[in-house]
Amino acid sequence: MSTHDFLEMTDIRKSFGNVPVLKRVHFHLRRGEVHALMGGNGAGKSTLMKILTGVYQKDSGTVLIDGQPVDVADTTAATRAGIAMIFQEFSLVPTLTVAQNIWLKREPRIAGTPFIDNSEMVRQSRLLLQELGVDVDPETLVGNLSVGLMQIVEIAKALSKNARILVMDEPTSSLSEAETEALFVLVRKLKASGITIVYISHRMAEILTICDRVTVMRDGETVMTEPCARLTVEEIVDAMLGAGNAASFEWQDRGDRHDTAPILQVRNLRLATRINDVSFDIRPGEIVGLAGLMGSGRTEIAETIFGRRPALSGEVVFDGKPVRGQADAIDRGIALVPEDRRKMGLVLDHSVRDNILLPNLQRFTRHFFVRDAEGLQTVNRTIRDLSIKTDGPDKLARLLSGGNQQKIVLGKWLARGPRLLILDEPTIGVDIGAKSEIVDTVRRMADAGMAVLVISSELEELMAISDRILVLHGGRISQELNRRNVASEEELHHAIQGHRAQQTDAVHA
Amino acid sequence: MQSKATVPSRPTLSMPDIQWQNYVVYIFFVIVLAFFGFTIGDSGFLSVTNLFNIARTTAMITVIAVAMTFVISAGELDLSVGSTTALAALVAGLVMQAGLPWPVAVAAAIGSGLAVGLLNGFFVTMIGIPSFLVTLGMMQFIRGFDMRVTYTNPVSISNQSFNGLFGSGYVFGIPSLLIWSVVIALLGHVVLKYTGFGREILATGGNRQAAEYSGVKTRRVKFYAFLLSGAAAALAGLLYSGMMQTARFNFGEGAELMAIAAVILGGTSLFGGKGTILGTFAGSLLIGTINNGLIIMGLDVSEQMMISGAIIIVAVAFGKKPGA
Repeated sequence: MSTHDFLEMTDIRKSFGNVPVLKRVHFHLRRGEVHALMGGNGAGKSTLMKILTGVYQKDSGTVLIDGQPVDVADTTAATRAGIAMIFQEFSLVPTLTVAQNIWLKREPRIAGTPFIDNSEMVRQSRLLLQELGVDVDPETLVGNLSVGLMQIVEIAKALSKNARILVMDEPTSSLSEAETEALFVLVRKLKASGITIVYISHRMAEILTICDRVTVMRDGETVMTEPCARLTVEEIVDAMLGAGNAASFEWQDRGDRHDTAPILQVRNLRLATRINDVSFDIRPGEIVGLAGLMGSGRTEIAETIFGRRPALSGEVVFDGKPVRGQADAIDRGIALVPEDRRKMGLVLDHSVRDNILLPNLQRFTRHFFVRDAEGLQTVNRTIRDLSIKTDGPDKLARLLSGGNQQKIVLGKWLARGPRLLILDEPTIGVDIGAKSEIVDTVRRMADAGMAVLVISSELEELMAISDRILVLHGGRISQELNRRNVASEEELHHAIQGHRAQQTDAVHA
Repeated sequence: MQSKATVPSRPTLSMPDIQWQNYVVYIFFVIVLAFFGFTIGDSGFLSVTNLFNIARTTAMITVIAVAMTFVISAGELDLSVGSTTALAALVAGLVMQAGLPWPVAVAAAIGSGLAVGLLNGFFVTMIGIPSFLVTLGMMQFIRGFDMRVTYTNPVSISNQSFNGLFGSGYVFGIPSLLIWSVVIALLGHVVLKYTGFGREILATGGNRQAAEYSGVKTRRVKFYAFLLSGAAAALAGLLYSGMMQTARFNFGEGAELMAIAAVILGGTSLFGGKGTILGTFAGSLLIGTINNGLIIMGLDVSEQMMISGAIIIVAVAFGKKPGA
């Protein structure tokens, strides 16, 4: 047993201007462990990792690898020290092949010439991918790969540079369940071969499944480092939020609403992709979860209700009348918070104000002119109500954290006072604090009579928020569960995989 | 490296956030004006006649560039505007030559510009061809049409009301061309900055998909931008022909590139989502001032071109945000 850990980051401090971002951080990794790094937005996780990978420079403190001081002066130095970051937004070139990406700028040469040895490059890539146990042709274009495989190529690229420490930032945020499983197998394999992994995620269940130890950061300090086996979700959340601040991420029984007439009726919906025959109702004030595997067609259903996608047959009836296209849907009070907030939800280079106003322009336009003063009141109220953390309404959306960006997308629709709100994966990449705030807001709006449809791959989230859960399987609603009768995430998980949940009464609407 | 420098999500740097890059065009304008003022101020550069002259020669570019700001802010490009100026000029000239009253000629000319915009808009938004290609082809096609229609012969325009209104006249001693460009720029400024349409243009260019999901009909918005651009190019053609009292097939050659340069110099993003008409106006005046000053300095056309090209690159380079 060595007396020191594999990586020791001790007493790390960092300020931006006169704002201290890291106050006194100790972060130690043992060789070959999977170590979760957790904390709310702004806790200092990404700053710490940027110091480790040489993007930022620490103000003071020491970094030791194997007991030897390392100066991570820049990203090249980090690579040399065997530290690699697997980026959340992948840094691969989609128009190049897998092999070309892995060896970019380091291509093997034909001996004695400046020419690239393509066959050698492909051969080495194949070996590497075989070691990782994935079946990817190195000559495929990266753009043709699934997100899960892209990530594996990213990992292969890091390993080809002899990385010993891999930092994975939200690695599963855009993976399907099967891909997540495959990633976990790979992570265990890497671990067995002595690679050390820093695993950043907001998903508690994953952390407890895959990680050996967890370090929690809060307000620029490390508040806890413990073996995962000894911890419960509650203890981790408490550590993240600080004592007495625990989130209200627990399910609340909001009662049944059988007596009210449904506001949304989906009837025998058939879509060009996957969806064969889907029918369900949502009543005002109800929060309905839509569960299903990635790719089961959940998003397509949402987009059809929102009028963006035509149905082959069947219909969507809102408030007694069929929905005719997106403009009609929006006019009549349907709102969609789309799956990918950066691509579909926000104009990132525009201000918080402009983003919130965008779906509300009509309301604030009189005789062609936008009444900015009136708009600003709404914007400020939205910022206040959803506690969006921003310096002001004119800050660019790009500069806000994931959770606050998502609150903008939610807020811009809530400002319209919708009667049906569809949330597609509302809390991907959102920290636990913002997550419970979003859940609270949605619940509050539902209590006031808004109908809500929540699509989520996070069972924990569906279990926390839904009154009813629809399970989409094989192109239809295979089961409809009253949340009250679902005992555990496990049960829901089985239902989604296509098994009938045990001891659960399907509720018929 | 590949990582984008993200601002820490903690309370951010409390430095005052003056983005001087947004004002580069004005800074350059002052520098250029001061430079010419000191070097050739006594050779007539600073005379009222000459300053009016600058305003007059840049009017056409300004009018085109104002509409181009909308097109570029919406994330598209219109290369056909140069040939469209000549088309509109010829249409106006021929209609008047046929003995019809000048307002009919004006309407026909604007109509021809709208027709070009309609075709551009159709191919871009309905067929889905990139605007660079559509308008490149259109530029070529229209210029050929311009040449064909009078076999490259000029059409002289003798209607003095037309000429006075559109190019050669003065109102209270101010050249009508200057008035036109100021009016169009102000109009464009108000529309882009204070109307729902303006916001929709910027949202469409900033993130077309997010705009779609927010209920903006982005195809319609782009379509209107092309119509606007065609109409503005036609107006520029009227101004040209009014100034020259004639219409020629080669009017507006290279005007599309000058207009794009003016727009980008002014601080509008070439990738859409961010646009300023006041900047465009300043950009256009900057280009005009440079050309005028260099002429007065007695430089050869070849030297003028080299210097003004270099200045455009340098100015845009200064306007670029570090790392962006």
